[in-house]
Amino acid sequence: MAHPNDRVYSKEHEWVVADGDIATIGISSFAQDQLGEVVYVDLPSEGDSLSAGDSFGEIESVKSVSELFAPVSGEVVEVNSALSDSPETVNSDPHGDGWMIKLRMEDAGELSALLSAEDYDAFITEG
Amino acid sequence: MRYIPVTCEQREAMLRAVGVSTIDELFSMIPESVRFDSALDLPDGLSEIELDALLRSLAGENEGAADLVSFLGAGCYDHYIPSVVDSVVSKPEFFTAYTPYQPEVSQGTLQAIYEYQSMICQLTGMDVSNASMYDGATAFVEAALMAARITKRHTMLCASTVHPEWQNTLATYADAGTLEIAEFPQVTGGVVNLADVEARLSAGDIGALLVQSPNFFGNFEDLAALGKLAHDAGALFVVAVNPILLGIVEPPSAYGADIVVGEGQPLGNAASYGGPGLGFFACAEKFVRQMPGRVVGRTTDVDGAMAFVLTLSTREQHIRREKATSNICSNHALNALTACVYMAAVGPHGLEGIARAALAKAHYLRDALLATGKFVAPWDAHFGYEFTLAYNGDVAEMHDAMLARGFLAGVSVADVEAEWPTGVADAENLVVFAVTEKRTKEEMDAFVEEVASL
Repeated sequence: MAHPNDRVYSKEHEWVVADGDIATIGISSFAQDQLGEVVYVDLPSEGDSLSAGDSFGEIESVKSVSELFAPVSGEVVEVNSALSDSPETVNSDPHGDGWMIKLRMEDAGELSALLSAEDYDAFITEG
Repeated sequence: MRYIPVTCEQREAMLRAVGVSTIDELFSMIPESVRFDSALDLPDGLSEIELDALLRSLAGENEGAADLVSFLGAGCYDHYIPSVVDSVVSKPEFFTAYTPYQPEVSQGTLQAIYEYQSMICQLTGMDVSNASMYDGATAFVEAALMAARITKRHTMLCASTVHPEWQNTLATYADAGTLEIAEFPQVTGGVVNLADVEARLSAGDIGALLVQSPNFFGNFEDLAALGKLAHDAGALFVVAVNPILLGIVEPPSAYGADIVVGEGQPLGNAASYGGPGLGFFACAEKFVRQMPGRVVGRTTDVDGAMAFVLTLSTREQHIRREKATSNICSNHALNALTACVYMAAVGPHGLEGIARAALAKAHYLRDALLATGKFVAPWDAHFGYEFTLAYNGDVAEMHDAMLARGFLAGVSVADVEAEWPTGVADAENLVVFAVTEKRTKEEMDAFVEEVASL
């Protein structure tokens, strides 16, 4: 299962697409597959400030509840409110419409600590 | 019937296995100076006949509400319990079952909890009920914790007219955890002061306004006004209620309550020694994922047949550890079942009749007590089947004298204040009387006559 190489990944299974200083964040296709059917996503409020590694919300599937971790630091500028009515979008389109939050990054240099698609694929294969 | 945990032979075998010859040798590493060196001062064992006689004589020293005329309330009430309640609840399938750790194989237990939840929703007018909590106090505090999770504001504004023991429980949780308690609003005329509540909400940092109605003194709070004040300040509105009175008063949902809790003992549960209680807990559907405890849901199995499951258990402690919504991840299943059977037995009209009877009798007794000149009304507030009067004399002496005459003459506010101050002036002479549907005119008239003669 190859992940798209237009973005970077964290070992906590979040992905980041950077556009200028705005980072869009979601969870990987691998992560949604492991979770199973997603029934609820709890996201932060706009204006919340996050440091890399902070929990920014939680995702609940029929099997479990997991924390979501910010891969980079910044201020929340937008949350995907459509997920409150249709959390299953995280399953059907994890890398697109299933995005979760947008952050205004404090330090784009933090991106370099994240994994390329190739490295992430290798990481989950080692499992 | 003998209970012998270990035979001499078994004890010898165990000692041999660990390599010592006597029990004393086992404890030899404990210094002599801290050891108890004489024999335990215990009487010899009794035969079954002797033991039975001893326990009966001890039990005979109890004076229970069945033998006395009780006007005790303050959270625990002497309501009539229809005999069908004990008959159903005592079925071994219910009575001996522990909390369902493999819930889906316990369909009967789950269905009973589901029925209980449905009835609590009907009674409170809320969307969702959990499977119950330990008692009114824990349900109350869990509502505060839930409100903090939802609003992300950790300061609670609690009416000081809430049962003092509940306030004490809230303070205990706050002391050990993340909640803060705002300065208590003043009490005016036996109810919380609205202007003071508004002033304390005005900073916009309050997560929830917590009130009880009827309150500890028996008085109805102005829920419509309080609910509006809370919501205008962005706080949740948490309301504690008496379930019997919900047979005749508007449900708290009509006043915009976000979370409704209460002590479920009045619903068919014995007063015992003040417990075990039953905490009921219900909320609006939009908050369900922050609700503590467990919820039973109805669904269909693979064959399309009706089935019951534990829903939302992904938020319970065995899965979520320290991130669980509550560290109460069990419930009072037998007490909830009792409440369920009681509500089914009396029905909505029966509950209305019980509430009306109790309310009418309480108003009769209050008027009669005031007419003796021995009591003074500290305020003129609306009340249900419980009211507070000031006694012109020593309350403890009055209680003793009336107990000798076969009456439990209400709850002394001063006694409860030892737990937590109520914030009410001149509380030392106040007595809270509860009058359930069980009290007869003869009992009340006799009580009034006796107390007037003191």
